[in-house]
This record gives sequence, structure tokens and C-alpha cells, in this order.
Amino acid sequence: MSDAKVIKPESLTIDWQSDKTNRRVRRRYAANRRLQAYGIIAIVLAIGLLGVLVTSIVSTGAPAFVQTKVDLQLDIDSAKVDPQDPASGNYRTIFRDAVANTVPGVTSKNQRSITKIFSSDAPYIVRDYVVSHPDVIGKTVTLAIPVSDPFDQLYKGVIPLKVDALSWSEARWFERLKNRAVVVEQDGRTGLKLDVYIDPAKVEAGPPPSGEFAALAQDSLQAYLPNVRDSSLFKMLADDAPEAIAKRIAADSGVIGKTVQIVFPVSAPYAELAKGETPKVLNPRYSPDQIEAFDTLKERGLVRSPFNWELFFRADSRFPERAGLAGAIAGSFYALLVCFLLSFPIGIAAAVYLEEFAPKNRITDLIEVNINNLAAVPSVVFGLLGLAVFLGYFGLPRSAPLVGGMVLSLMTLPTIIIATRAALKAVPPSIREAALGVGASKHQVMMHHVLPLALPGILTGTIIGMAQALGETAPLLLIGMNAFIPSVENVGLLEPATSLPTQIYSWADSPERGFVSRTSAAILVLLGFLVLMNVIAVALRHMFERKW
Amino acid sequence: MEAKVAPQPAVQTPAPPVPKAKEGASPAEQRELKMKTSNVNLWYGEKQALFDVDLEIFDRSVTALIGPSGCGKSTFLRCLDRMNDVIDGCRVTGDIRLDGQDIYAPNVDPVQLRARVGMVFQKPNPFPKSIFENVAYGPRIHGLCSTKAELEEVVVGSLTRAGLFEEVKDRLHEPGTGLSGGQQQRLCIARAISVNPEVLLMDEPCSALDPIATARIEDLMEELKEQLCIVIVTHSMQQAARVSQRTAFFHLGKLIEVDQTSTIFTNPKEQRTQDYITGRFG
Repeated sequence: MSDAKVIKPESLTIDWQSDKTNRRVRRRYAANRRLQAYGIIAIVLAIGLLGVLVTSIVSTGAPAFVQTKVDLQLDIDSAKVDPQDPASGNYRTIFRDAVANTVPGVTSKNQRSITKIFSSDAPYIVRDYVVSHPDVIGKTVTLAIPVSDPFDQLYKGVIPLKVDALSWSEARWFERLKNRAVVVEQDGRTGLKLDVYIDPAKVEAGPPPSGEFAALAQDSLQAYLPNVRDSSLFKMLADDAPEAIAKRIAADSGVIGKTVQIVFPVSAPYAELAKGETPKVLNPRYSPDQIEAFDTLKERGLVRSPFNWELFFRADSRFPERAGLAGAIAGSFYALLVCFLLSFPIGIAAAVYLEEFAPKNRITDLIEVNINNLAAVPSVVFGLLGLAVFLGYFGLPRSAPLVGGMVLSLMTLPTIIIATRAALKAVPPSIREAALGVGASKHQVMMHHVLPLALPGILTGTIIGMAQALGETAPLLLIGMNAFIPSVENVGLLEPATSLPTQIYSWADSPERGFVSRTSAAILVLLGFLVLMNVIAVALRHMFERKW
Repeated sequence: MEAKVAPQPAVQTPAPPVPKAKEGASPAEQRELKMKTSNVNLWYGEKQALFDVDLEIFDRSVTALIGPSGCGKSTFLRCLDRMNDVIDGCRVTGDIRLDGQDIYAPNVDPVQLRARVGMVFQKPNPFPKSIFENVAYGPRIHGLCSTKAELEEVVVGSLTRAGLFEEVKDRLHEPGTGLSGGQQQRLCIARAISVNPEVLLMDEPCSALDPIATARIEDLMEELKEQLCIVIVTHSMQQAARVSQRTAFFHLGKLIEVDQTSTIFTNPKEQRTQDYITGRFG
């Protein structure tokens, strides 16, 4: 205690060169650098993930922007098409004949499978063409007929022609047998040298020997791999493997009732595997005659893959090669139109009232808090609300863009109100005072000065709200706006419709290979619209922006 | 400029001890009473900002309101054209009369009142529109002009009175926000006088301007006061001395003293006025 010194300010002489202060300076700089590094890492991570996302969508979706088609010469025989009534001609026959004429070697036997190279919609494509061009009846026309999905994917290289003959586990089984030195070469064939118990109950000595040789061979193979409970194991034995037992018994009937070593030849893929090759087989989606016919078409230069305009101008279809987004785009357009017409005026009116006219009291505070909270409510809840109120109570039609737009506007309203209020707040009070000062009424101040100045902010908020609504799926699913729309013609406010995000949802659910890339393509189209809307928002902001 | 600063000899002021208006109005030009406030109290919520302000404002003259920051002079100024109405929780009692009519009477429309009592603010605040539109806005919303030619005449007239026309006549349709600070303030004055107000309230109109622009505004006030009644709030005592005929000193929400400007600056009755003017506080 007695040592306690009183530190006076003048005694606080700091040596700015001492190790201690240098260390402190270094630590401060290090902390600065660390903070920067964290920020850079975060940004790099975010950009990297975004890059991965975009790359994966683009690479998956790109094939959907072209469509493989075959130029088919069709003889529009006036005997098959009535010029008075072109819609009901026998187009199936016309198409079949055209295929038979183009592809050599079509027999009545393989005609069905060859026709499957082409889209199942092919006769209707021909019909639609003839109906819109009735003058071609009696003439020969060349039409580009889309190929069916498997061949589309094959031509684009999405699906390989040949696939691995052996699964990973099948290769493993063989590996295990090899490790036990069971695999041998005999008479130029690869074989399995297995211990076989020639069960007297299962064979007859003959001659010629008979019995359940196949079962015996399988049992002995199973004995080597007791854990494998999979009948595809027995595909390892060649078809003539059981004969090895018969030969052995014929050579020496004394083996019956004994355990002997017999070499069973293995099947072709395993023989290749034993040679160190990767065995391949034709993809089971295709038959050899289909591949032969398709190769012929390719050789004759009839197969092309032009840009897939149908993706944008056709509506949905069961067949991926014929499915497009037009229905979904139209449905989204109508829903957004309703959403805009409802939420823009209501949102602005509400915001103007709350910001400029409402007295500050508990009720308006409560309203304000609730509006802010509504912006955070999950969209699926709005969907349920729409389902209960618009469909259940008011009895509006299911799946209609009108209801979709109403539900979306429930979701967009808080966004627009909040953005509008922020924009109104951002208008400098000096402008209001200036207008009031020359004797403008409150209404004139609002309409002549404050609203025009707040407009860029309001429009930006609105467009961002609309973009949000465009990408919203859950509420639309709940009110059934994921209808199957095979034609764009009867899309309307009260007709069943689908929308871009729900179309993506249903395509993603479809098993056909072609819908995988179409799903990604649809996502790209949706992203394109979103980017477009954001660009418009930025452009509007620049256009209306004023300095004060 | 300097000539104006020179205070008039205090000796010449007749009857210094007589404080009230009628005597103050008697010398030189015969000025009429334009506005009169009595017992004006003002509250922002619970806080009282003005206490029993009694002030008479005369036509065709400049009345300066001086005082330290937060003393209520701007607040008082805003009472004169009811600009305080738009502030939430602001309450005014007392009597404010313009030409003998109570401006807080229920049958008085504040919008029309503000056309008769114009206002110029501290920071130049032209609308983000063209120079022409800035000036034309007032006449247009009050329906003062029926034809386009008439409107143009009013705009040109107002700009000329505000001493701005010569500088901007070639760019009437360019944005008013592109002008310099002093020009913007004169544009705001042109805008305020475009509806031909009887009273012009100026709330520290020169505090954001350089001395040259300030001098132009002061010259302008000199000219304008020939036609209308000007009330100016200022922090610059030199400015008050230069431009005003009468000066009112505010302190802590109370009107301490009001008299001829020369009297206030040379021979104030109140000690607090004396202290403020000599720079002992404020």
C-alpha cells in the first residue's frame, strides 16, 4: 500500500518507439487486415457459390435451347386427306409411309420401334401444318419433325449410346473372386474354377448325363460369395457354364456325390473385365434397329438441331420435345398484371395516408408494426389465406390467374407500402415547406411535389415486389395455379393457368430425361425475366432521379 | 453597403422612452400597422416555446427578429403564416391579426393565408423543376393567371423584382437547382412574391450565402420593402442593423424588447439586449 504511486498526467510519458507500442500498432494493423480478409473471403465465397449455381443451371439448361429434328419428306396424298376437311385426314399413315420411305429396311416388325425415333406428336404436327397450309394437299412437303426425347438426348450427347454393362457391385464381386485366385484362363476363355459338390439327388449319370446343372453351378458360385443375396450374381456364368458339369460327369461318372473342381466359363462382360477392359453394352433405352435407322438418317444429313423456338412459343406437353413455356409465361403475365393493378394503387394510397395524413397514435403504430410484420410472413401462408378466402368463401375459380394475382398482391402489398413510405420520407422537408409556403394545399403538395419526387423509389420498390411475386411458387400451388396447359389459346383471367415457377415445379417432377434440361431452361427464362425487371427498375430510377 | 451599416445618430430618435408602436411609427414615413400579435403562446407537445409575445409589425418596412439560437424567433415567424399547423403536437394560443383579422379564426383558410403571407426559408429550396415552373407554380395553383401570356408576364415580373431576370433570361427552362446558392435564394424570393403577397417572412435567408450574395439579397429587401411588409429572422446583427427599421429581441421564448433598430443597437433599455448586442452571450 505504501508503494502505491500517484500517477500524474505529466508522468504518463509514452515512449512511442518502445517494443510495447510497436507491438500494439502491429496488432492494430493485423486486426484491420483480418477484418478485410473476412470480408473478402465472404464475398469470394458468395460469388463462387453463385457461379456454381449459374454454371450448373446454364450447363444443364443449354441443351434445351436446341431441339433435334429430322427433315422428313411427307407425301400429302389427297387420297388420305380430304381437301374440304384437312383436319381429319389420315396423318398417321402419311407419317408412317414417310418414315418407311426415308429409312431403309423398315419392316412391319420393326416399324413400331423405328417410328418411336420420332415424337409421338409427329402426326399432329403434320396435321397442323396441312391445316394451316391447305395448298400442300397432293404435294410433297419437307417438314422438320422433332425426334422423341431419348433420341434428342442421344443426339445432344446427354445420354450415352453405350452404358457400362456391369454395375459397380458386380465388378466388386468379380474382383473378390479374382483375389481368391478362382479366375483362370482355359481354352482361350476366362473361367471360374469352382469347387462343386455333385449332389446325387440332383443329377443322373446318364448317359447322357442330366440334372439341374445350372442350379449346381449357381450354388457353387454362391458358396464363394455367401453374403451376396442378389440373383444378378449368376449372370457372371456364361450360358454354357452348366455344360461343364455335364462334360465332367460324362468323362467320369464317379464324381457324383463328390466335390470336384470344375472350370465354368464366364459371360462376355466379365471376360472383358478380366482382360482389364470396361465392358459396354448398348443403352437399354434403344434397340439396335432404332440405332441403325437413326445412324442412316444422320448419314443422309437429315438430322439437325436448330434453335428451339417452341420452348418459348408452345405451351406444355406430356412429351418433353414438344413442351414449351408460352402457357406459363402467359399465366405469369396475367397474374402479375392483376397483382400490379391491385397492389400498386392500394399500396401507394396506404403509404401516403400513413406517412402524410394519419395521426400518430396507437392504432397507426399497430398498423405500421403489422405491415412490417406482414412482409416477413411466409408466402405459403398467403396461399392458404387465398385458398380459404378467395376460393373457399368468395368461390372464385380455381387455378385462375385472377386469384393468383390477388394472392400475390397480398404478398407484394407490404413491400410496396414499406418502399413507398421510405421514398416519401426521403423527400426533403424543404420541398414540402417551399410548396406550403407559396400556398399549396396538402393535396397539391403531395400530387405536385412529393409524389413525383418519390416516384423513382416507389417504382423501384414496386418492381422489386413484382419480381418477388414472379418467382413465388408456394401460394400459387395452394390455389392450384399449376394446371396442365397444353394450349396458349384459352389462357385468360378466369381460365385455369400455370405460371413460370409452378411450371418449373411440375417439370422438375417429371421423369422424362428431356424435362431435366427443360427445367433448367425454364429457370433461366425466369431468371431472365427477373433480371429484365431489375434492369427496368434501375433504368426508371435513373430516368426519374432528380437532384435537389 | 457600408453606408447602410452606419447607425443613424441615436440623438435624432424622437422620444426614446416611449416604447410602443404608435410612437415608433410616427417618424419619417407614416407606416400603417400590418400585423399584430398579442399574448401568443406556443407549445411543442409539453414544452412551451413562446411566452406571451406581443408584437406589432408595420407595413412597408423591415422588421428584424434577433436573438440567440433556440429563442423562438423562427417559431414565432412560422406562426405568422400558420406554417406551424403542419407540425404534429404544436399548439398556439393568443391572437395574431393580419389587417385586423384573426388569422387563427376558424373561417380563415391557411392555404389562402399563405398566399397573402409569403415565406423564404433558410436554405434555398427551389423545386426540382425549371426556373419558369418554380415561379409560375404559385400563380398557377391560385388561378391568378388565365392566359399563358399573363403567366409569362407574372413570371418575368417576379424574376425582375427579385433581380434575377437579367441573369437567367436565356435559361428560363433549365432546372432551378442548377443555379448558384445566391441565385437560388433570389429565385425563392421571386417564387414567394409571384403571388403578390402582402407580407414576406424571411427565415435567415442569407445564412447559407456568401457576402456578395448576401448583399444582393439585402439590396433586394431594400427595394421590396417599398411595396410590402417584410419580417426577417437573422443571426447577423449587422444585417439587422443594415436592413431593418424595427428590431425585436427574443430570448428564451420571450420578446424582450422591440423598438426602432437604431434605438435597439445604440440605446437598448434592457440589460439582456445590451449584453446580446455587445456579444456577452448568445
